[in-house]
Amino acid sequence: MSRGTFQIIRPSSAFWLTAGVAAALALLGFAGAHHMESTGHWVTGMNNRVVWGLPHVFAVFLIVAASGALNVASVASVFKKTLYQPLSRLSGLLAMSLLVGGLSVLVLDLGRPDRLIIAMTYYNFKSIFAWNIFLYTGFLGVVAVYLWMMFEPRMNRFIGSAGKVAFTWRLVLTIGTGSIFGVLVAREAFGSVVLIPMFIAMSLSFGTAVMLLAIILMFRMSNLSVKDEVVTRLRSLLAYFVIAVAFFVAVDHLTRLYAVGYTGVERFLLVEGGIYPVLFWAGQCLLGTVIPVIVLLTPRLAGRLPTVVASLLVLLGAFAQLYVLIVGGQAFPMDIFPGYTENSSYFDGVVAGYHPSLPELALGFGGIGLALLIALLATRVLPFLPQAPADQPGG
Amino acid sequence: MPESENSKSGSLRRRFFTQAGAGVALLALAPGVRLAELAMAASDEEPVTDEHRWGLWVDTSRCADGCDKCVSACNEEHGLSGMDRPETDAQWIRKVDLQDEVTGRELSLPLMCQHCEEPPCVDVCPTGASFRREDGIVLVDKHICIGCRYCMMACPFHARSFIHEELSGQKTHSPRGKGVVESCTLCVHRVDEGRTPACVEACSDAGHGALVFGDLNDESGRLAKILVEKETDELRSDLKLNTAVRYSGV
Repeated sequence: MSRGTFQIIRPSSAFWLTAGVAAALALLGFAGAHHMESTGHWVTGMNNRVVWGLPHVFAVFLIVAASGALNVASVASVFKKTLYQPLSRLSGLLAMSLLVGGLSVLVLDLGRPDRLIIAMTYYNFKSIFAWNIFLYTGFLGVVAVYLWMMFEPRMNRFIGSAGKVAFTWRLVLTIGTGSIFGVLVAREAFGSVVLIPMFIAMSLSFGTAVMLLAIILMFRMSNLSVKDEVVTRLRSLLAYFVIAVAFFVAVDHLTRLYAVGYTGVERFLLVEGGIYPVLFWAGQCLLGTVIPVIVLLTPRLAGRLPTVVASLLVLLGAFAQLYVLIVGGQAFPMDIFPGYTENSSYFDGVVAGYHPSLPELALGFGGIGLALLIALLATRVLPFLPQAPADQPGG
Repeated sequence: MPESENSKSGSLRRRFFTQAGAGVALLALAPGVRLAELAMAASDEEPVTDEHRWGLWVDTSRCADGCDKCVSACNEEHGLSGMDRPETDAQWIRKVDLQDEVTGRELSLPLMCQHCEEPPCVDVCPTGASFRREDGIVLVDKHICIGCRYCMMACPFHARSFIHEELSGQKTHSPRGKGVVESCTLCVHRVDEGRTPACVEACSDAGHGALVFGDLNDESGRLAKILVEKETDELRSDLKLNTAVRYSGV
């Protein structure tokens, strides 16, 4: 085959163990969601002030990572880097499985998940959420077609065109996801256009970290080898993507620090807000940015283990970042009455409390479990993984 | 049979089928037509138009500190009993105590959905469940709300509540349900009957008269005159939402 040969994964005990853990996580997630839905959301940490909590942190992470996971396929098909072509199928698979995992979390957290059909049939086109429904479902369709072009030898000539469509779609999808927060003018931590390029950078960073982990772990699991050059290049790419995220995060905070009237929210998120500054500085900045960038850009630390650790740290930082953004952004009180101290039974003027609950955590991890399970099972039934050596050109 | 007879009997048959078909059609349509008539007759109210824009004026100088008659009346009117869980219980209207950070002046006021002309909750709602009536009242269609809470993220007044648990003792005029979002309806069921919202009535009954309900479009009406004569503000005016609830003394 001119574009390289692929194989169905040869399941090892590690494969089945990982699949079992993923299935258990997915089941736990469904159990958590069932408990939340049957009892009501009062059993979660979410409330009328912090309306989006852990499930949304997980869902946004998975959705953002999904579009970034397609990056390797895009680099291969759109930018003609043949080195990555053997990994294109895995890249497309991860993009789809991560998105399904994220959407599952999002849908199962709805107050009325049984009304999903309404979300599919009633549209308010002024809402970025409504557009995202099209963008998410459309993404699954576009990537499915893209994968078909890769799998079907007679369709291989259309890979480039399908890749361009998928690449454009994923960019728009990430813009849509960033806009969910970017258009919220009511809250000081959101409502910034910087969030849009920041989300694109986040998608590249999170998606590449997931891809690196998948390549190293999945290939190790199936006793395949991946040539060092692929990992080395992806390491550098990941480092630059993490730096890009840090740049937009800095711009976002600096613009608010500069603007009169926004110093309160910055003081909250960066200094006085309890868990949020800790997560920002220790989680997002130190563990999620500085340390992985040093590891990824240090040639002496180019081994598989440091790469896995650095990728995991990037993902840890991603969760910290999304938690600070989504939960911290809601916890800070809205300034409805400037110049006054406020007191009310609805917690006006005070920092909102949020204590994540077990069902929420289960739902979030359930999304990760589901994404992993889909990816593993797909590699078992269809030839997604390249024949060794993994970095052979073609595919 | 001669051709002319054939033609005659065919014509008779056609006439029979035509008349029979018309009869059947009449029988089928009549109940519907009758039902439509009944429905029209039962609807003795005008359809909602933008002729009116219902609104409120809050005179904070008359709003008594410690009085929450408006809140109690709203809870009673809409069956908002609560589960003694302040963080998740629904609050359509709340009293906010304020203190001026410079002068120390204290005041108290009710805060509820501001029924914006440009409501952010309506803009962001993916299904169109959040909507604004022609007369300016912002409502949630409980049948198509999926409980995503994006409207709560977008509302600049924290005016909305998510129903976190099963409910009981609901009022027929104010249907509610677990898993959907709700907020002040400006007592739309009362407004449509020509009455004032429960909070306004309670405030008036308590002798405070801090809440005035009326038509912002009616230049000769009391509310419109107050807005012309008094110094009033809309909350979060920087967002240019053109709220239907205006405050004096903030």
